[in-house]
Amino acid sequence: MTTATLGGMPAITYNFAYLDEQTKRMIRRAILKAIAVPGYQVPFAAREMPMPYGWGTGGVQVTAAVLGPDDVLKVIDQGADDTTNAVAIRGFFEKTAGVATTTATTEATVIQTRHRIPETPLRDDQILVYQVPIPEPLRFLEPRETETRQMHALEEYGLMHVKLYEDIARHGHIATTYAYPVEVAGRYVMDPSPIPKFDNPKMDDCPALQLFGAGREKRIYAIPPHTRVRSLDFEDHPFEVQRFAQPCALCAARGVYLDEVILDDRGGRMFVCSDTDYCESRQAAGHRGEMAPPDAALPQPVSPRGEDATRVSDDASSDLSASARGRPAGAGAGAGTGAGTGAGGTEAGHD
Amino acid sequence: MYVAAKGGERAIRNAHALLAKRRRGNRALPALTLDQIAQQLSLAVDRVMAEGSLYDVELASLSVKQARGDLIEAIFLIRAFRTTLPRFGASQPVDTAAMLVRRRVSATYKDLPGGQLLGPTFDYTHRLLDTSLVGDIGAPTAEIGGAEPADMPRVTDLLGEEGLIESAPADDGAEPFDITRAPVTFPVDRPTRLQTLARGDEGYLLALGYSTQRGYARSHPFVGEIRVGDVEVKLFVEELGFEVSLGTVQVTECQMVNQFKGSAEVPPQFTRGYGLVFGQSERKAMAMALVERALRWKELGEEPGAPAQDEEFVLSHCDNVQATGFVEHLKLPHYVDFQAELDLVRRMRAEHEAELKEAAE
Repeated sequence: MTTATLGGMPAITYNFAYLDEQTKRMIRRAILKAIAVPGYQVPFAAREMPMPYGWGTGGVQVTAAVLGPDDVLKVIDQGADDTTNAVAIRGFFEKTAGVATTTATTEATVIQTRHRIPETPLRDDQILVYQVPIPEPLRFLEPRETETRQMHALEEYGLMHVKLYEDIARHGHIATTYAYPVEVAGRYVMDPSPIPKFDNPKMDDCPALQLFGAGREKRIYAIPPHTRVRSLDFEDHPFEVQRFAQPCALCAARGVYLDEVILDDRGGRMFVCSDTDYCESRQAAGHRGEMAPPDAALPQPVSPRGEDATRVSDDASSDLSASARGRPAGAGAGAGTGAGTGAGGTEAGHD
Repeated sequence: MYVAAKGGERAIRNAHALLAKRRRGNRALPALTLDQIAQQLSLAVDRVMAEGSLYDVELASLSVKQARGDLIEAIFLIRAFRTTLPRFGASQPVDTAAMLVRRRVSATYKDLPGGQLLGPTFDYTHRLLDTSLVGDIGAPTAEIGGAEPADMPRVTDLLGEEGLIESAPADDGAEPFDITRAPVTFPVDRPTRLQTLARGDEGYLLALGYSTQRGYARSHPFVGEIRVGDVEVKLFVEELGFEVSLGTVQVTECQMVNQFKGSAEVPPQFTRGYGLVFGQSERKAMAMALVERALRWKELGEEPGAPAQDEEFVLSHCDNVQATGFVEHLKLPHYVDFQAELDLVRRMRAEHEAELKEAAE
């Protein structure tokens, strides 16, 4: 792996998709085991990655292990392709694997995600890779790994039901809004990663393979295609997803997850699709929300990056920003965080 | 209106360019060379090698420079590089008794075979800012060296001859567990515990070690010995059928001697806490030895209860690269989850208000 010298120091070169083949094989074995035992957390020897723990190292390792040269990769964070961390991870694979990337859900073969499942239904030729911060659904009920592993082994999930029951007793409803626990294939209780519970139903009977990678915690788990995924609930308090009173202000979509964007300091706000690709596709197809931009400023119908394939030039990225015209400034990232109001330097705070 | 966060790609590029500029600082000043860092900030480089788990002075110096002196960031850079290196095998155990000793002190014996050797230490210096260091002071004039190389048996071996201290765990010759190549499961064995502590964060171990001195898992420690110096690393090459030397590394070893009351089977004797770190870092080696000893409560039949005794807690949280990543990931956007919470809080506030109104009526 060492080739030439640079300033007296050997130059450093990396394998396809960064990880060496032995490491990838180790990860693939863990993935196979995870698929064989749906919802079970398989320990794996997670490596240090060149991005920080907690920023998607588990997802990145899973992606690196399943990615082939012909794959088309999409990376989203909070539903958006253009949030800084999604951009950084996409750039990482462009650099280390040279694979084609896209922002279009329909074009992607591998989608790495943080905190969302795309609104567009997935297909059986797609893999959805989740970044997972805390893989253990019982962690905040029992901090000890030795205990929780035993609880899973014995299928002892009473503690979780007690927690949900206490929510109902205290608040009248279950007060878990994201990372809402699910039961996979009638056996393991699993953390779906911090997706809003709105997305939970999409995991059930999903045609795509769903892989979950937790790098810092060194765990991989999976939901094979067409697996029963049930959100935990009670007969008299059935599972419910969030509902939004209004449609997307840009594409008028209903029944999708919306981000609240604060427009000014006088209480002005709008709700727009969290899934930027879905929103842009709908706008391109002529759907109009009440705050949609005029026709002239329409976004491109599909991602220019997908068509461009294999390598990303500066032109491609300026195309990406051009396609942003359809959205309110800042709707993609920074909304709700209060950040991103400054110049370029402030935005970099997300990185 | 919000400023477009679309074009995050360009923002990232610009931020990195700005970082490079800040890293370089005032261009009227000469750039730091790696040699300067390796020679004049050698303890920073040592820490990076120790917690980065990679003994390479040049790369560690580079990482310190690249990280603008942020040592945890530098450690992270080294780790991310280390992980791509192929693993060829496990070395033979290093023999610290055969160390080329640069410093060696014992707090348990006034004099001992091989003697005390102060070496380069901050101990006993007056911590007064030395303005003579503002410029280049040139080479110090003091007589340096002069200690005759002598045999320096380990203090614990001397105690061991009398049977006053528990014997060192026997080496079964098996290849030790490698925490960088396999996932750790609890409870852990001794090699796993020591490896995890050896790459653990110095500040974290320092605080935990300190806590054992303040009554949280008190172990009555004595510094049996601290030695700093060069040890040879040897690899047994199967194909050749003999050992070859890979070179020398500098390490700091601390053997902590602790009280033990004895039990039904074992007579009263001293017990060991062990610390070994790359480079010169006595603080880290001592803290590691204290924590290592505290973690052994179960095998020694002691009462649990202190934070430093909690294996899962101590070992799961001592890696600063993991810790800094997860703490700092809170900077990433979380607005999808925040939106869900916002919705819930609004709903609960509405319910709360309705209840108050109902109660008032």
